[in-house]
Formats: sequence, C-alpha cells, structure tokens
Amino acid sequence: MARTPAELVGAQPGPPFRITFDGRPVTALPGQSVAAALWGAGILAWRTTRVGGRPRGAFCGIGQCYDCLATINGEPNRRACLVPARPGDAITTQEGHGRAALGV
Amino acid sequence: MLTRNSADVIVVGAGVVGAACAYYAARSGLRVAVLDRGSVAGGTTGAGEGNLLVSDKEPGPELELSKVSAELWRKLSEELPPDIEYEPKGGLVVASDEAGMAALRDFASGQRRAGVTAQEVPADRLRELEPHLAAGLAGGFHYPQDAQVMPALAAAHLLRAGGDRVRLRLGEEVTGLLTGASGEIRGVRTAVGELHAPYVVNAAGTWGGEIARLAHVALPVRPRRGFVLVTEPLPRVVRRKVYAADYVADVASGSAALQTSAVVEGTPAGPVLIGASRERVGYDRTLSPEALRRLAAQATALFPVLAGIRAMRTYIGFRPYLPDHLPAIGPDPRVPGLLHACGHEGAGIGLAPATGLAIARSLTGGEPPLDIAPFRPERFSPAA
Ligand SMILES: Cc1cc2nc3c(=O)[nH]c(=O)nc-3n(C[C@H](O)[C@H](O)[C@H](O)COP(=O)(O)OP(=O)(O)OC[C@H]3O[C@@H](n4cnc5c(N)ncnc54)[C@H](O)[C@@H]3O)c2cc1C
Ligand code: FES
Repeated sequence: MARTPAELVGAQPGPPFRITFDGRPVTALPGQSVAAALWGAGILAWRTTRVGGRPRGAFCGIGQCYDCLATINGEPNRRACLVPARPGDAITTQEGHGRAALGV
Repeated sequence: MLTRNSADVIVVGAGVVGAACAYYAARSGLRVAVLDRGSVAGGTTGAGEGNLLVSDKEPGPELELSKVSAELWRKLSEELPPDIEYEPKGGLVVASDEAGMAALRDFASGQRRAGVTAQEVPADRLRELEPHLAAGLAGGFHYPQDAQVMPALAAAHLLRAGGDRVRLRLGEEVTGLLTGASGEIRGVRTAVGELHAPYVVNAAGTWGGEIARLAHVALPVRPRRGFVLVTEPLPRVVRRKVYAADYVADVASGSAALQTSAVVEGTPAGPVLIGASRERVGYDRTLSPEALRRLAAQATALFPVLAGIRAMRTYIGFRPYLPDHLPAIGPDPRVPGLLHACGHEGAGIGLAPATGLAIARSLTGGEPPLDIAPFRPERFSPAA
C-alpha cells in the first residue's frame, strides 16, 4: 500500500486550507511549501522561461536552482520550494521575468 | 628548454585591451601570440561594466582617445558578431538642483567645443527620455554618442576575429622577458618555456607594473577597487545609461576614500547593472556592505521603481590606474621592442579599440590614429 511522506513520519498536521493557482482552488497543509502544495494538486509547472517560453516548476526543491520561481500574491520571482503556503495565497503562473508591466 | 619562434609580436594579457591590440595587429598582417596566465577576460575585463562613455570625460587626451574609440566601436559592431551586445543607446546625466545643472552646463560647453554632442534636457522632458526617472530632478544632459558592449564577449570576439594570425595561449604566465645584447626585447619566458618575438606588448592591465618590472623599468599601475550590483532580470526599465552629475567628479578624483555615484543601465540579458564604487584598498576582495548600500540608495533615488526589485548578486574588480589617470600607450624608449597598453582605469573597455589600433600602427610604422604623446609610458620615470 502506498504511504505518503506525512504517514511515514507520523505527521499530524493542522487543518488544511485553501490557496489558489491561477484562480483555481488548491488545498495546502500547514508547513507545506507552495511547491509542495502545487505538486500535491498535480501541478508541475508554474513559470515559463524568458526566452523560449518553456514550462518550469520545482527542480532541486531546496532553494538552489531558482527554477521554481513563481508569482506569489503579485510578487514575482519567489522560490516556491522555500515559501511556506499561507491561507488565501494567490499563486499565478509567472511569464518570463514576471515584470512585463515595468517595461518602457 | 622549449623554444618557439612563431610570432611577430607577443601580447601579454587577454583582456579587452590585449584583444584589441591582437585584433588590429593581425589585421595589419602580423602574427600575434596572446598569452594570459588565466582565461580570456578573466582579469578586470570580466569584472566591470561595458560603458563606452564620452559623457564623463573633460576635454583632453582621454576624451580624444574615447572619441576615436567610439567611432572604432561603431565599426567593430559591424565587423564582429551581434553577440558583443553593442548598443548605441546614449547617456543621460541628471542634476538634482540648479547648482548641479549649472555645473553640467559648464562641463558640456567645454565638451561641445571638443566635438562632443551634448543636448540639454529640461526637467519636464526628462521622463520622455526615461519614464521611470524620479520626480523633482532639475534637468540633465543627453549624450547620444555614449554606447555599451558586453566586455567579456567583446574581448573574446576580437580575439576570434583576428583569425589564424592570432594564437591564444591561456594558463601561461609570463615570468621573465628575454633581451638581447643591447637590451632589446627577444621574447618572453613562461613556466612552459620561451617564446621568441621582436616585440612584446604589455597589456597586463592592473598587473602592467609587474611586466614593466620584469624589463627593469618603472610603470606605477595600481588597483582601484569597484563593486557592481546586479538586479534580477527585467524588461527594459532603463533605456540609456543614466547617472547623476557627481559621477564625473568621482571619476576624476584621486582620493583613496570610498566614492560611489551610481551609473544605471539595462543589459540585453535582462539584469540592470548598478555601478560602480571607487576606492583604493589594494587587492582586498572583502565584500563592502557600505559600498553596496550606497550604490543601491543612489540607484533607487534615480529610479524609485528599483526599490521593489531584488539585487541578485554583486561582483568586484580592480581598475588599473596610473597617477595622472591616463593610460600608458606606445613604445617604451627605455626598452627597445617593449610596448605598453595598460592603465586604462575605469574606461578600458571604451578606450580599447583606439589603444589597439595605436599599438598596431606603432608596430607597423604607420600613422597613429591620434597623438599618443600624452600617454608616453616613460612619463613617470624621473629621467623623462
Ligand atoms: C567595477 C568596474 C566597473 C568598470 N566599468 C567600466 C565601464 O563601464 N566602461 C569601461 O570602459 N571600463 C570599465 N571598467 C574598467 C575596465 O574594466 C578596465 O579598464 C579594462 O577591463 C582593462 O582591461 P585590460 O585588458 O587592460 O586588463 P585586464 O582585463 O585585467 O587584462 C589583463 C590580463 O593580463 C593577464 N596577466 C597579468 N599578468 C600576467 C602575466 N604575468 N602573464 C600572463 N598574463 C598576465 C591577466 O590575467 C589579465 O587577464 C570598470 C572596472 C571595474 C572594476
Ligand atoms: S526548486 Fe530549486 S530553488 Fe526551488
């Protein structure tokens, strides 16, 4: 029988809460990173690359590779693998540098 | 011991200055060996910005050199691949008050007489040029001749464009100069062996004084440290090279104390570069939070939008400076066959092509592209 990491460590997390990804609801547990919550919901990509527009998500999972950048509550370039999910967080797919609005 | 004799000239240093010397010498038909103890652009060339400025130079020999260079960079941008990221974007110097504006006006009128294009921009038109500029500035001057390259790529492509006539030897340190019976240059000694040529060009940048010492002559090149702040990648937020009026005074200053006056520019890769500080602390590589704090504060004062942007990293370099802030360019009368091309301080990227062309012309007996007498390498020795 498949066991989840939470079962393996005997975790007893608090009650789940809602965040959103591109407007659709995603369930997260207290202590989970944004990346973990998105993965838990089967979402693997939340950024497109600057030059080729290719999809990107978590790669190293430990804050080193910067592949997992996401726009969180309107702020681009947050490492989703390090940022803890908080109730109501709005995650949006980041296009490229995520700063297009500043261009002149 | 291994001896090789395959070059007409040996260039010591594969920074942008050595690369420009090699390029123009090869184009004049000479076979060039370029030696570097490290990698291409592994010295100061890989540790600075790529501003090609006429705007910060007062009338005099350095301005003349930079005007010739500006024209050569424009030609190089057609001869070299687009990868060198040449951008003829122009510069904008701004003043925060009327006193600063008066100083800029004064400075610009001298430059205009020396052939520089400088257009006064009234306060209410600044944002047409740079929409993100702070409010409340007194005005500025637009310098359309200012441009930019990516220095490491520019050095690499200059070397490559030299073709078969340029032989690159990396990881080979010059430890001695070979001389003949009457003291004339015969080549160099490296850890690997000897390399023979009748001419050696000292393009060792900040370490140019050490190469001169190997020839038993004095050339007082010293390091002037600088930090650059690099932001996260952005769309085009800053169109030109933008800096505040105090920058010019800092550049010209001989003071050892920390000076910062941020020059802000975007890059094709996305990050905005904020540079640079100036201080004389030898080769100390310790990170200076104070220098970085000041650069960040000055950049956000010019462009408040940058306050919401992350600085990703910083890097450090040592500008090669000589006591009178002019480079050493040309043959050394004290050592026949030795030429110098070093000491360009904070403008070596900008000044590289005219330097390289002047060296190539010296080697082939041609007309120099400008009068290089002010850059005489022997000008610091008591006898001269
Ligand atoms: C922070 C900062 C910002 C700057 N911004 C600008 C700018 O915007 N515009 C501009 O024009 N300039 C700028 N500069 C200055 C510019 O970077 C330098 O003037 C220029 O890079 C000098 O080039 P170079 O080829 O003379 O020296 P280097 O690039 O240092 O090349 C010298 C080479 O010689 C080699 N060498 C030394 N000794 C030996 C030996 N014994 N044997 C073999 N090889 C040896 C070294 O390894 C090195 O690669 C800046 C500098 C700094 C530090
Ligand atoms: S996945 Fe590598 S930094 Fe987040």
